[in-house]
Amino acid sequence: MTTRLSAQDVTLGYGDRVVSTRLSLDVPDGAFTAVVGPNGCGKSTLLRALVRLLKPAEGAITLDSRSVSDLPAKGLARELAFLPQDPLAPEGITVHQLVSRGRYPHQSLLALWTPEDERAVAEAMVTAEVEDLADRPVAELSGGQRQRVWVAMVLAQDTPYLLLDEPTSFLDITHQYRLLALLSRLRDEGRTVIAVLHDINQACRFADHLVAMKDGRVAAEGAAADVVDAALIKDVFDLPSVIVADPVSGTPMVVPE
Amino acid sequence: MTGTQKTGETPVLERTSTVRVPVGGRAWFVQRRTIGLVVGCVVAMLGLGFVGLSYGTSWATPGEVFGALTGLEPSVVIAEWRAPRVVAGILFGAALGVAGAIFQNLTRNPMGSPDIIGLDAGAYTGALLVMTVFAGASVTVAFGAVAGGLVTAALVYSLSRSNGLSGMRLVVIGIAVNAMVTALNNWLVLRAELEVAMAAVGWNSGSLNGIDWEDLVVPGVVIAVLLTVIGLRASALQQSALGDSIAVSTGVPLERQRLLMVLVGVGCTATVTAVAGPVMFVALAAPQIGRRLAQAPGVPLLPAALTGAVLLQFADLVAQMLLAPVSLPVGVVTTAIGGGYLIWLLAQEVRRR
Repeated sequence: MTTRLSAQDVTLGYGDRVVSTRLSLDVPDGAFTAVVGPNGCGKSTLLRALVRLLKPAEGAITLDSRSVSDLPAKGLARELAFLPQDPLAPEGITVHQLVSRGRYPHQSLLALWTPEDERAVAEAMVTAEVEDLADRPVAELSGGQRQRVWVAMVLAQDTPYLLLDEPTSFLDITHQYRLLALLSRLRDEGRTVIAVLHDINQACRFADHLVAMKDGRVAAEGAAADVVDAALIKDVFDLPSVIVADPVSGTPMVVPE
Repeated sequence: MTGTQKTGETPVLERTSTVRVPVGGRAWFVQRRTIGLVVGCVVAMLGLGFVGLSYGTSWATPGEVFGALTGLEPSVVIAEWRAPRVVAGILFGAALGVAGAIFQNLTRNPMGSPDIIGLDAGAYTGALLVMTVFAGASVTVAFGAVAGGLVTAALVYSLSRSNGLSGMRLVVIGIAVNAMVTALNNWLVLRAELEVAMAAVGWNSGSLNGIDWEDLVVPGVVIAVLLTVIGLRASALQQSALGDSIAVSTGVPLERQRLLMVLVGVGCTATVTAVAGPVMFVALAAPQIGRRLAQAPGVPLLPAALTGAVLLQFADLVAQMLLAPVSLPVGVVTTAIGGGYLIWLLAQEVRRR
């Protein structure tokens, strides 16, 4: 397993409130990593630190052994794309205009479009299956469509890393699975995907690498089949459960008692 | 509507709503509506400007206006009295429109414009203090206005900052600060020497009366520099509209960008206030009208500048004509137009909550 992106002994928090102390994590390259854990366990905080939205109080987030805080802003944005839980769509923006914003880190002061920019936007819209919506105002779309548009925007950023904070929240079950299948496809194409997921069973099915967090620390990590057992679920979620094999994928499936 | 074409190796998204301007292998996409707006506003500015040059105690004929413009038939009234006023309307209107767009972007609220959150009033306080206490000249007054605007901005910002920054909270606190600062301004005028007070009151509601070329040189340069600086950062400003997280993760240096926006926004507002007094409601209304006319996403700068210029120019003509031969302060007209707009906006905002 190779790794370019790591958290090294980071202490994370907001002001006086410390969320994680001395947390370390290596993100495996080219894999789908899912971060799971109960509410408030520090999953989103970790993701925000990885994309430099939060500066570690101690320790460092490193990319190729260089601290991300030493990288130029647009340079880092060409490596890591991030989809937060609460992105804002400016009033009146169309799908194509929103997806185009993903090219910002590749553009110069005058926002001139290279053929590469145009290709990346067109491809991202095809991959996320929103090309038919191109001229529609984002505000008119359904929740599932809108989330795919945001995914297209981060795809247009054309980065080796995709970080997504609970991308499946507020989606119905069909759209949840469509989105996860899309993320798996992107992993197959060579991107490294890191997503905070709420549903442990989805995480087990889709992720290559599972990171279970509790109280700001990593409780367990590894392939779902190796790490998920009743003891871990009891420890992390405080939930007695039986682990069975998922009848479709054969991955661990948590059934609460 | 859309089609993905193959041009050589590159798929190009052809859109009906944009025009693709090739620039040496690269391309620049311009919204059709924006081009229409630019043309429309330039025509309106020329038309209103022509009326502005013609109108006065006696109407000038078109021949006289062209004669004065080309210098073939010199006219002090047209070239030295009326022309600076027309230019001031365009220049200050554009500056106010951009200042409004900047603050509406910063606060992510259509009511978060400098005139509503007290920055005009604060700049006016700075100018008044310099005039009354230090008896300063026009350049010092301008510095006073900038300082007053910055202090007010800092005050509003620090009062509304708790658990992060909310646009609506900042607007409500700004309205309160605006009321207090306006009261302070009235008190300063009442306490001032009679002559200063007379001058200050005439200027109190924002006026382009009696502006000449000399008044416009320094503000013209300052506004041109400020608009160029923010124009070069326009794409970062639009990127910030996607929320703080995406702005940062796509490479916008958010802290620096915000500081620059505050400085340019306050700079534009204070420069106009130092010369013309607090002209209210152009900054509030122009960006939103421009945005709707351009059908552009977010609150873009160029439509705000153009709409602001046309709006102030138009309001100044109305101010001159309404009670002719008495020329009203233009601020009275913008306040009357903008006040109605603000009520509508507040009703919309309340309904949305």
